[in-house]
Formats: sequence, structure tokens, C-alpha cells
Amino acid sequence: MFKCINSALAGFVIVMSGTVAHADAYSNVGRAATAQEIAAWDIDVRPDFKGLPAGSGSVARGQEIWEGRCASCHGTFGESNEVFTPLIGGTTSEDIQSGHVAALASNKQPQKTTIMKVATLSTLWDYIHRAMPWTAPKSLSNDDVFAVVAYLLSLAEIVPENFTLTDQNIAEIQKRMPNRNGMTQEHGLWDVKGKPDVRSVACMQGCNVQPHIRSSLPDAARNAHGNIRQQNRAVGPVRGVDTSTTAENSTHGNKSGQGTPSNAMTDPDMRGLAKQNNCLACHGLQNRIVGPGFNEIANRYKAEPAAVAKLVEKVKNGGSGSWGSSAMPAQRHVGEEEIKSLIKWILAGAK
Amino acid sequence: MASEVKTVGRILPAPENFVDSELAHEITTQGLNESRRGFLLKSFAAASAALASSAAAAETIGKKVLGGDPNILTLPEHSTTLGKPVVTNPYGMPSRFEANLQRRESPGLTRVSAASVSFAPLQGLFGIITPSGLHFERHHQGWHDIDPAQHRFMINGLVKNPKVYTMDDLMRLPSVSRMHFIECGANTAMEWGNVAVPTVQYSHGMLSCSEFTGVPLSVLLEDCGYDKKNGKYLLAEGGDGSSMTRTISIDRALDDVIVAWGMNGEMLRPENGYPLRLVVPGVQGVSWVKWLRRIEVGDKPYGTKDEAIHYIDVMPNGQYRQYTSIQECKSVITSPSAGQMLLDKGFYNITGLAWSGRGKIKRVDVSADGGKNWRTARLETPVLSKCLTRFNIDWVWDGSPAILQSRAIDETDYVQPRINELREVRGTRSIYHNNAIQSWKVAESGELSNVQVY
Ligand code: HEC
Ligand code: HEC
Repeated sequence: MFKCINSALAGFVIVMSGTVAHADAYSNVGRAATAQEIAAWDIDVRPDFKGLPAGSGSVARGQEIWEGRCASCHGTFGESNEVFTPLIGGTTSEDIQSGHVAALASNKQPQKTTIMKVATLSTLWDYIHRAMPWTAPKSLSNDDVFAVVAYLLSLAEIVPENFTLTDQNIAEIQKRMPNRNGMTQEHGLWDVKGKPDVRSVACMQGCNVQPHIRSSLPDAARNAHGNIRQQNRAVGPVRGVDTSTTAENSTHGNKSGQGTPSNAMTDPDMRGLAKQNNCLACHGLQNRIVGPGFNEIANRYKAEPAAVAKLVEKVKNGGSGSWGSSAMPAQRHVGEEEIKSLIKWILAGAK
Repeated sequence: MASEVKTVGRILPAPENFVDSELAHEITTQGLNESRRGFLLKSFAAASAALASSAAAAETIGKKVLGGDPNILTLPEHSTTLGKPVVTNPYGMPSRFEANLQRRESPGLTRVSAASVSFAPLQGLFGIITPSGLHFERHHQGWHDIDPAQHRFMINGLVKNPKVYTMDDLMRLPSVSRMHFIECGANTAMEWGNVAVPTVQYSHGMLSCSEFTGVPLSVLLEDCGYDKKNGKYLLAEGGDGSSMTRTISIDRALDDVIVAWGMNGEMLRPENGYPLRLVVPGVQGVSWVKWLRRIEVGDKPYGTKDEAIHYIDVMPNGQYRQYTSIQECKSVITSPSAGQMLLDKGFYNITGLAWSGRGKIKRVDVSADGGKNWRTARLETPVLSKCLTRFNIDWVWDGSPAILQSRAIDETDYVQPRINELREVRGTRSIYHNNAIQSWKVAESGELSNVQVY
């Protein structure tokens, strides 16, 4: 699929009428990048490991980093489904031999883990280095990244537990990636002139379709996105359907009391505020993520009316120890009044 | 049937309610002939008799029916008082009556909202430009509001002169303003297997269209003296926590890619990459790297996280298509659409959007019988390459069940496929690039819902 690029390039000339024709005419615009600047930003690592810095890290060291900095979101074995899809699982020693993850074809593993999909080890190194841990990206040293990648590889049984991953042996380990042969670039969706894989025909009259319904929205999903009445304009040719009632009832106008916005509005608003301020990155409403679930917090403090002030201070300044060793960073980007109303909402059950 | 329609009609405080809806329907479809005119007069007479005999009726119905609409007869406050001064809102906001149209998250789709999506309310939008505040969002590691004075943009790799540009630098350069759609590669992803979501906002709302202003990337590449022989791929990199990276082919880059700061006449919104983002016309949204900090010129693709773990399309044999980028031709009826209710029988304007990552829209056909028979819709101007195109077509709803579909054809003569045609090739698990024809069922009650028909 990358074939036609050369030919496209060959005849290329920049033609823009009304602009200066040669490059150096943009005088005094931009400046040369320094070597240090390039080194600071040019951190990408390519599938052939171009860009990989020197370094090393053992599985054992990786496990320490993992447990301290990653497991709270991804689970001790990379298996957690709480914050993101599981990282590890679904691959076999046969896959390591063949370079094809068999479960992808058989579809026996309903949830596709990262290690089932990724063909290139560089991708894991590059991504963890640039973006993880999620709430403190770019805080790992190069050796830390080697170590934590080694730990993930050991969880997937690609390397043994006593392994040390280095810039020297990483290309060898690439040859053991379970899905290394699992990618194809044979398709028409890379090039704008690529050949489509599906060819339909625009029939106009008496077309060969069965106009019966093959699939429709399950009743349970009708109101799952909130009341659609409130997601449509209140004037114009149509109205939003009142999905707070069942389909049969909906044509008979609003049933009194049901689906009225007033009491339903406040909680989603608070949830919106919690989301907006990223509280929900670390707290589930019902479940623990990095910090305790909001319901756990409500339970602990329900008999303690003075808790509000204390908790406002805690959120403002951050801290650890009440729930475990993980710390909550100071939430100084959130206004005091907002924190107060968030705490009240949390203690009232955070729905 | 007729009584149901009347119930629906009652949603509206319609002053015309003295006319039987069946008759109203006949009038709109067949015009006002003599016998109908006579009947209409009698309806008036009957209504006025009711008025004379009941004072209560005079208040409720009478005003509406005979004297006229109270909104006309009783001058409203806004006609009889002084309004607010200029600059009451230094930055103008939509009317308070428009609060229902918001971007929204799809519950359960993602687990944390800083790595999530919000969908644009296509069901209520007009024309082709998405209001900037309603532009869909997709962030992988939250969004930031970056100080433009501190933002830097670097070009390095296979270039003679690696350079750093400030926003001051970039905004001095010759700029272009172009209208383009942006669609997430995972738009309509939830519908590969079965119907899953209730409205067009959630089925197609990872789609927006804006006028973008910026400097063509080709100008900057030329300014840095890129390696014309070996430079085949670019890496675009964001400045946020995820430092999102994507590979772009040099032919795309030199064709119409823009390093953009402007959106709909003002600066980009922070959620959309303020102060700098890449605009990659026709290519899925993930490549339009936000908070753009760097472009590297290279000779091989980069295999980044979002082209090696995500945004890859699994085929039925388990093989992944990697570097799928172009958004193929697609269309959808935005109104009437699922989750909406027709107020009565009679005339409607079916309206929708069509787009193609391979160029201009050539034609859009609309079916009201689930794809058996089609009529060609009107394309509204402008019809631009890799831009949303608005289509409209007249439709008279006779009150019977219907299935509405639209089908777009682009200038390459590619025809938007049915979902079964896509599945035959790609199966049902590939998540990305579902550009199937969308079906909306119209029930006798007037309620529209999301269905699959093929
Ligand atoms: C605060 C929660 C959190 C912590 C802590 C965290 N991650 Fe993540 N991680 C995420 C989220 C959320 C994503 C998905 C990001 C996205 O959608 O782009 C992710 C994605 C990943 C991925 C890519 C998975 C995929 O399939 O795309 C890897 C690999 C990963 N994390 C490794 C790590 C490592 C290693 C650490 C520790 C150094 C770590 N994470 C710490 C939340 C976290
Ligand atoms: C980076 C992750 C993170 C974020 C973001 C975060 N928290 Fe926390 N939060 C924690 C952790 C970890 C704890 C447990 C601290 C401890 O054990 O003392 C915690 C504890 C709490 C507690 C209980 C404190 C106590 O002493 O019992 C409250 C209340 C709370 N968080 C509210 C919030 C609110 C409100 C926000 C958003 C403004 C927020 N958190 C954002 C990680 C986070």
C-alpha cells in the first residue's frame, strides 16, 4: 500500500500563487532548533528501534515499579478492567512460536488485551515512556521503562522471571511477540486513491432488499442515554421522544411526575463537575480506582457530620494514609466552593 | 391510526387544531378545493358556536381558534419593554431555550472521562458547520488550556534545517482557510453488530465540520528543507500528557494538510487543540493531532500506540489492518432521526449530511421504504472536497410505518454500502470505519427509532 508514494512525490512542486516561491524567503520566521531541544522532544521509538535510548531493566525491578505506579489502575497482573481494557492475557506459548494470536481468529477471548494485539515491542516502550503513568506521564526514567516493559513481557510469559531487558536484546525479544505477524497493510484505507474493499451498487427502483427489521434498539437501552426528550430542541418539525416512559406510553404525552427534569438534574451536574475536575479518573462512584470509591467514602463518614470541612482540606491539599499508601495529589485546580459541593455530593451517596 | 396521530398532534399547542388532522393532511397534499373550503368554514362555525356556549371554552380554545393566537393578540413582554444593552454578554451564548443541544458522553462506552468521547448533537444542527462549542471531543489523557505564548512547534528528522516556531512565527506565514469534516475512525463503531444506541448523536456524533485556518504543512516542510528523496512518512506529535503520535504519509502532508490555529473565525477551542492542531482532510480524527508540538520527517512508519494497538481494524481471520486512515463515503439523515417524534402527518423536510474522505459528494439518494426505492436529494451548496455536504428532500408522511435511509456517492463513484455488504468483507468485530447506510424506523405513532434493515 505504500508503493505509490514515490511516484506521487516525483512530480511534486509547490504551487501557491501569491506566495513567495522559494523557502528561504520566509526570512526571520522560526529559528534553528538546538541539539538539546531536539533531544528533549524527539523521544519516539520506531518499530526498528530507531530512537531507543541505551538502558536496561530487570523483571524484578519492573515488578516494584509496576506495583508502585501502575497496578492501582491496571491490576497487579495487568488484568484489571476498571480503568482500561486489560493489558495482559489471552496469549499462549504457541502464539509466541507462530507470531499469530490464535484467539483473535477464534474469537474465544471476548476482551482483546493489549498484548494480544500489539505486534511491535517498540510501541509498548514508546507509549509507556511518553504517556504512563496516566496521571504523571513522562515521569519514568529510561531504565524504569525497560524494567516495567520487562515485567509486562514476563507476565505474558514472553521472557522468564529472571530476565533483564536492554537496548541490546530488545530486537531478539521482538521475535517472540505473540502477534508479530498479525498485521497487514494490504488495504485501500491508507492512500486517498486506495482501492475500496467493498463495492456497492446504487440501485434506484425495486431493489433487492428485505425491508424487515433485522435489529432494533433493545428496550433496556431506550433510556440508557438519558431522556431523549431533553436532548432535542423544543421547537421545529419534531420533538425528542420521552424515553422515561415505555414505547407504548410515549405517544400519550408526558405522564405526570415521570421524567421531569428537576430532581434528575442535580446529580448528573455534580457528576459532571467530578468528571470535569478529573476526580473520576481516580475514584469510581462504586469502585476503587486509585483512590477509594465514593460510596466507600460516604459509608465511612456517614456518622460524622463534621467530616465535610476535614475532607475539603484533604482534597485541597492532597495526602495519603487514610485509605492506603496511594496519595491523592493536591486538587488546587478546583475552587473551594466546588470542592465543598463535591464533598457534600459524595457524602450524600454520589449518584 | 387517525386517533393516534391526533394524540401526537396534541403535543403541540397548535392553533390549527380546529382542523381535523386527516383533513389537514388532505389539504396539504391536495390543495384547497371548493368542497374542502366549505368544510373548513363549517369547522369555524362549529368552533364559534362552542365559544358562544361556554365561557371556559372561550378562554382555552376560543382565543386560539377564533380571535387568533394569543402570541399575536396579546403583545408579549419583549414587544412592550426595553431589552438588554450591548455587551451584556461580551462573548455571546446560545439562547437559554437551546440548552438541550449539548455534546454528551455515551454511558459505559469508556471507563474514565479523561480518556473518552463526547458526541455532537447532529439531530439539531443545520447546514454543515458545527458550532465550535458543540464540536465532538476525544481525548486520551484529558485536555489542557495551553498558553499560546509558551507553545512551541518543532520540525526535525530528515530535514536540512530543524526548526522551532512560535505561534508568532506561524501566524506570520501565508495562511489558508478551508472547510473540512473531521470524523473519528470509531464513529458508528457500536453498530457493527447490532443496534446499540438510541439517537444519531451517539451513532454518528463523532463527526464535526469547521472552517480551519492555518499554514499548509507543505510550506513549513519546504521552509525546513525536507529530504525529498527519503522523506516518506511524518510523525505528528502532541504536546499533552499522551503526546499523541500518528504516522502521516508525505503525499497526504504535501497535498492538503494544514497546521491550524483557527477554527470558525476564532482560535481553536482548548478541547480541540488550542493553540495548534493538525488538520488532515479526509483522514480519521486521531491523525489530527491536537496541541501539536512536533513533526518529524522519516523514511518508515512509526507504529505508535494509536496505530499498533488501537485504530487497527480486525478482519474475520484475526488479522489486523494497520494504518487504516481514509474515511470512506458516508451519509446519515439527521432529522427526522431516531429518538425524534413526528408531530403529525403531512409534509417534512428530510435533511442530513454526506461526506467522503476521497473528495466531493456527487449524489445522495433517500429511501422511505427501507431501501427498495430511492429518490435523489438536493445537495445544498457549498459542495466541497472532504467537507460535510448538506442534503434535503421533500417527504409527505402519510402516517404509515416507514424506514428512512440515505445513501451517498462520492466523486470517485464509490457508493456508500449497506451494513451486510461491509460485514461480508470485514466481519462484525473491526470497530473502526463503519460507513454503512443508516436506517431509521418511523412507527405509526410518529416515533423514530434506530434499526438495521438491508
Ligand atoms: C491513573 C490510572 C493509570 C495508571 C496509574 C497507569 N495507567 Fe496505563 N493506562 C491508563 C489509561 C486510562 C489508559 C488508556 C489511555 C488511552 O485511552 O489512550 C492506559 C493505557 C496504558 C497502556 C496502553 C494499553 C492499550 O491497550 O492501549 C499501557 C501499555 C499502559 N497503560 C501501561 C502502564 C504502565 C506501565 C503504568 C505504570 C508505569 C501505567 N500504565 C499506569 C491508566 C493508568
Ligand atoms: C490522582 C488520583 C486522584 C485524583 C485525581 C483525586 N483523588 Fe481523591 N483520593 C485519591 C487517593 C489515592 C485517596 C486516598 C488518600 C488516602 O488514603 O488518604 C483519595 C481520597 C479522597 C477522599 C477521602 C479522603 C479521606 O481522608 O478520607 C475524598 C473525599 C476525595 N479523595 C475526593 C476527591 C475529589 C473531590 C477529587 C476531585 C476534585 C479527587 N478526590 C481527585 C486519589 C485521587
